Amino acid sequence: MTHLRQLEDQSVYILREAYRHFDNLAMLWSMGKDSTVLLWLARKAFFGHVPFPLLHVDTSYKIPAMIEYRDRLAREWRLNLVVGQNKQALAEGMNHEKGRVTCCTALKTEGLKQLIEAKGYTGLILGVRADEESTRAKERYFSPRDNNNEWNFRDQPPELWNQFKTSFPPDTHIRIHPLLDWTEINIWEYIHLENIPFLDLYLNKGDGKRYRSLGCAPCTFPIQSTASTVPEIIEELRATRVAERAGRAQDEGRGMELLRKDGYM
Amino acid sequence: MATCKPAPDTPPLDSRSTHCGNACPWRPVRPGDGGGTVDQGQAPDSQANVTIRDRMNIVIVGSVDHGKSTLLGRLYADTGTLPEGKVERIQAICRQQGKEFEYAFLFDAFLEEQQQGVTIDTARTFFQWAGRQYILIDAPGHKEFLKNMISGAARAEAALLLIDALEGIKDQSKRHGLLLSMLGVKQVTVVVNKMDLVDYRQETFDAIEKAYRAFLAQLNVTPQFVIPGSARQGDNIARPGSRMPWYTGPTVLESLNSFSSASEKAECPLRFPIQDVYKFDACRILAGRITSGRLKVGDTLIFSPSNKTAVVRTIEAFNVDPPPTQAQAGQSVGITLDEQIFVERGEIIGHASSIPLVSTTFRANLFWLGRRPLEQGKPYVLRLTTREIECQVTAIHRIVDANDLSLDTRGTSVQQNEVADITIQARAPLAFDLHTDNDATGCFVLVDQYDVSGGGIITEMVPDREAPLRVEARQRDFAWVKGNVTVAERAMHYGHHAALVLLVGPDTTGKTFLAKQLEAVLVAEGRHAYMLDPENLRHGLDADLREGDAGETIRRYGEVARLLMDTGSLLISTTNSFNLPDDQAIDAIRTLVHPAPVLTVSLSQETGPSSLASDKSPPLRHSRSELSGNPGGDLCFTGPEDFTALARHVLAALIQKGILGEATGKPPAFQVSI
Repeated sequence: MTHLRQLEDQSVYILREAYRHFDNLAMLWSMGKDSTVLLWLARKAFFGHVPFPLLHVDTSYKIPAMIEYRDRLAREWRLNLVVGQNKQALAEGMNHEKGRVTCCTALKTEGLKQLIEAKGYTGLILGVRADEESTRAKERYFSPRDNNNEWNFRDQPPELWNQFKTSFPPDTHIRIHPLLDWTEINIWEYIHLENIPFLDLYLNKGDGKRYRSLGCAPCTFPIQSTASTVPEIIEELRATRVAERAGRAQDEGRGMELLRKDGYM
Repeated sequence: MATCKPAPDTPPLDSRSTHCGNACPWRPVRPGDGGGTVDQGQAPDSQANVTIRDRMNIVIVGSVDHGKSTLLGRLYADTGTLPEGKVERIQAICRQQGKEFEYAFLFDAFLEEQQQGVTIDTARTFFQWAGRQYILIDAPGHKEFLKNMISGAARAEAALLLIDALEGIKDQSKRHGLLLSMLGVKQVTVVVNKMDLVDYRQETFDAIEKAYRAFLAQLNVTPQFVIPGSARQGDNIARPGSRMPWYTGPTVLESLNSFSSASEKAECPLRFPIQDVYKFDACRILAGRITSGRLKVGDTLIFSPSNKTAVVRTIEAFNVDPPPTQAQAGQSVGITLDEQIFVERGEIIGHASSIPLVSTTFRANLFWLGRRPLEQGKPYVLRLTTREIECQVTAIHRIVDANDLSLDTRGTSVQQNEVADITIQARAPLAFDLHTDNDATGCFVLVDQYDVSGGGIITEMVPDREAPLRVEARQRDFAWVKGNVTVAERAMHYGHHAALVLLVGPDTTGKTFLAKQLEAVLVAEGRHAYMLDPENLRHGLDADLREGDAGETIRRYGEVARLLMDTGSLLISTTNSFNLPDDQAIDAIRTLVHPAPVLTVSLSQETGPSSLASDKSPPLRHSRSELSGNPGGDLCFTGPEDFTALARHVLAALIQKGILGEATGKPPAFQVSI
């Protein structure tokens, strides 16, 4: 319990710093467990309000239940939802069969880049966690991206005593990562503690399968699992040593380092 | 040597050590694989279901190649806490590239890090042991990446500092020790690593321990433990090594448990820096994170440096039922007050029994990370908790040699990666503590252009010229007996805030004439305005003063102005009778009437067209208006002729700054922007 409140306090502090320093701020929401916890933390930070838009970069390949859930919460929580899509790439027939990294780059990285350019966001809040994969372990809470959206991980700014990088040259933006210190288990413990509504794709509904991580339908695969409640998920995760993103194709080889360098989440 | 005090809930560890030489292919330990080196039944995974008590961030530091990443890899591998397939995957990459497997590769994620065999940036890695969730932060040891090491260490509550037994203590070992102490990381365990390379000799270990303890003692740091080990061979990392029978202390893993995360910060005086003020619904919520102490509903709070006071009405929280009635150090909270006072980000809330220091000037130890050197006299932005303010370094006393802590007096600049003893002066007073009293409110960073370029800890408050008046004003304000009419109600009633318009400039520029015009215009509009000419104090209140007692004259004037402003009046005055330079008089008056807004209107006789400029005075003086919240803003008029038009300009400025309501009978803006 205490460790979850400590994580919550730090994330809330980061969200408030972001809101204070960025006039044109937005939060990425993929409807997955992490970004939904992030959204909940924003409601914590701003006393039930979410004072910035939520962006969903829609690849059009998402599982339909995710879109229904998105629209329901947007209505109930009075969210300012902004949906972006790389329409040109889709019109030209982009899909995962053209190569997973190619498809992710076109529909997600490029889709996000288009949205940033169109709306002029200078701060983007993302729900990435350091324990997801090893390049994210090296991220800062406030992480600059240059005018090509690129991440210069060789020369990251110092981050001292909760003093973050909040000033930046024109045409660049800052990625804000309030969930860096959370683990996958912490996310579920917190969902349980706060009773946060989540997609039931994460639960086994009798067929012995559940999703551990959600992405596009063609590239995300359920795992064998009997966990049909949140406490059962937590128990399962404590016993497993299989990596969370084992079901995510884009992580193979050096895919993620290259994707993230170019501006992927 | 340190003695071992295993915590009661530390699980017993296998006493056997591995004897796996370099040639032996290393195998991860997994429950049930039969070939592991951990006893069956003590599979580390049994840790998984232990309830988590708390969490802690630990940084691993030390000179380059002293084995930090290897120690980390070994710790994970020997406790069976790596994800399945991780080691195999890295081993496969190593085979592909034809190089030997290194534990370090487990966390050196970037291609470049693996190619060069050096950690470039800190990695957060997650580790759970004995009911505690750890983030182990692997910091780079290379001097070039010092800013990354500092970023990692600044997040940590405790540190493991590695020293290579063969190489001994390097410059960087000392530099890291010094920086840990500056970053406020007081819990340190030293690991003398690579004992296998010195044949596990006790003399080698003893010599390093003695020398390094002596070094740390100069920094007032006592290491928790000094542990001889070998990350490569696994001795004394997760399991005791049999090759050093002379060592009876804990393993590195056991030593983690001795770090205390129990925060004593809740028992310290309250410090609650305001992070932001929200008005999403009907109520104004002051939001922020309590850095020390605790507060509860009904507490009287003091805001520094504004000296305002108010009582906590509620503590606000989302999805908490019933709402909390108290909060303590570490928590990000929101509070509402019994009275609508104007306070803003950067003020530090405390209790009357222990308030922070307030000054423009302090002395500090600073480390500089910027590529451009720190220059004396150049403007930087100072950030201390949530306060941001322009400052300059007024003196560089000494550069500290991290190697032997000797001091070098030289120059007017500090180079990258140097540590210096400096004096900083901010453009306006700010609240802070000495670092020895309170680490969170005793440290700061300097921003050069877009970049956080240095960090420091405050070692001494330096009284500035206004210090005695500031002390007087604070004590008077805290003891002030308030009536039932609040400041906000008074402002609503009169249609303006209390404020002082101070007309300054050389003789015979028409200051008194303008003051009279201004008073007349304001009163004709129905405002509660009054011309307070300092001359009127001279023969009455000041009749007992010797001619030329400028200090006492201005003190009495300031107190009278403070009283009249408490009635809600708009005062108009000149600095004619003070026998002080204008900037000195303005600073003294501002200090005494603080935090009420003071608008200075400067008249001069310079030839040329009449102009209206807002930023003419040198930065450190005019910026004193920042005291009340506005960095720019005072008015300057050159060679004015039409005083009626001039009075209208001043009036417009008062409206624009939110001091005056748009029209008589309309309430003024809630926030005054001066």
